[in-house]
Amino acid sequence: MFRSLLIANRGEIARRIGTVARSMGLRTIAVYSDADAEAPFVREADQAVRLGPPPPKDSYLNLEALIRAAKETGAEAVHPGYGFVSENAEFARACTEAGIVFVGPPPESMGRMKDKAQARALAAGAGVPVVPGSDGVVGDLRAASEAAERIGFPVLVKAAGGGGGIGMAVAGSQAELEKAFRACADRARAAFGRDAVYLERYFPAPRHIEVQILGDTQDNLLQVLERECSIQRRHQKVVEEAGSPLFLEGKNPELLRRMTDAALAAARAFGYANAGTVEFLVSDGEFFFIEMNARLQVEHPVTELTTGVDLIGWQLRIAAGERLTLKQEDIQRRGHALEFRIYAEDPVRFLPSPGPLNVFRPPEGEGIRVDAGYAEGGMVTPYYDPLLAKLIVSGKSRAEAIQRSEDALQRFDIQGLKNNVPLHLRIVRDRAFQDGALDTHFLEHHAKP
Amino acid sequence: MDVPAHITGTVWKVEVSVGQKVAAGDVLVILESMKMEMPVEAPEAGTVKEIRCQPSQPVNEGDVLVVLAP
Repeated sequence: MFRSLLIANRGEIARRIGTVARSMGLRTIAVYSDADAEAPFVREADQAVRLGPPPPKDSYLNLEALIRAAKETGAEAVHPGYGFVSENAEFARACTEAGIVFVGPPPESMGRMKDKAQARALAAGAGVPVVPGSDGVVGDLRAASEAAERIGFPVLVKAAGGGGGIGMAVAGSQAELEKAFRACADRARAAFGRDAVYLERYFPAPRHIEVQILGDTQDNLLQVLERECSIQRRHQKVVEEAGSPLFLEGKNPELLRRMTDAALAAARAFGYANAGTVEFLVSDGEFFFIEMNARLQVEHPVTELTTGVDLIGWQLRIAAGERLTLKQEDIQRRGHALEFRIYAEDPVRFLPSPGPLNVFRPPEGEGIRVDAGYAEGGMVTPYYDPLLAKLIVSGKSRAEAIQRSEDALQRFDIQGLKNNVPLHLRIVRDRAFQDGALDTHFLEHHAKP
Repeated sequence: MDVPAHITGTVWKVEVSVGQKVAAGDVLVILESMKMEMPVEAPEAGTVKEIRCQPSQPVNEGDVLVVLAP
């Protein structure tokens, strides 16, 4: 095992990785932008290096500054967290060239997953069902129209290389397709430097269910069961849980087995090692591959709490070349866990709401874990995502976890900026949520104020 | 008529130019905040009289971005 780790991220995930790494005896090095100089993840690290001004391109996305910080501090390994440089193969290669271990999959594997059209083709080749769509990217409107006719409306238009809900639009007709194509092509060019979009069938009410993967560099590969992340706004997750209500109490065992087998097949096709996630849409008893994420997910704690598998700890051990000692039959679910993403945003219109955290008092109690990126008195700036904290609640059953969640949410005291705790309270009190009747458009029809 | 920023963030794109006629609901400016893009729309029809922001400029909620003439 290496002895020092630079954490190339910020907020709650930088803090969480630091805590795990220090518990394993590693020296942790934080990096930060001027906006985060006073943040808990910086204070708690053994050492901290300033990267630059607040905009991500000048700080957390600045590959040169990150590598320099790692060299100057003698970091033997770098953990990228999620977002920022976590899926950047160029950064992973730069680490390797500098003699630093990158905690993540091999760069070749990352490259295969990053381009969504290529990822889709690889998954389909491995026998994994994919969403009906354009075969590869379409570069102009005519090609897009022809593909849409073949797939059938409504279609989802996505910018290649996109993610996190950026560069996506739904089109219900040829006229809408023209508008959606132009918007996504613009976005692809602005964000990723090329004019490439792809199309796929749009499902009106699917579930989003994903499978956690863990693999070592000696070809041992495990699936660590599913998570459901159907509660979303603007294609971004708001509440996640493990397991999925679709499979509670042993329901739909055949579908679950097919999905976990497909996730393993996809991971093998990508040449995967370390922690990753295979995402699926599930609709009417069928499932379709969306993408594989080459990183730790935001929602990994619900898997950790219900399977007892320490995902970050394993990421570090695998990166150090250790062999997975877990066996597939060791992976069993015990109890249920829910994760609520506490965002600095208006709880009705979901508008971003940066500002001061005058009061920030997370709840404590049985089955309650809070991974927070900020502390009381901190300032939430517009430069980064709106995630303030993750409230993770577990219980013996889903019903118990929901009951504890309602209590925990009521006691979560945040003042100084708008936040979505009131939205989470409406969700846990919603009858459809309690019944596990979830789909990705849930928030358009439920949990209204 | 003053059209203000409805959120605190950064100007990503200015979608109109001075002298341009706009209809109610047309996108005037796109703001970016916390990794989200937020369009600022014309509250009513008019002509763009003045543009008081430029790309990459940080703005606070309530800052006037565009002035429309009826």
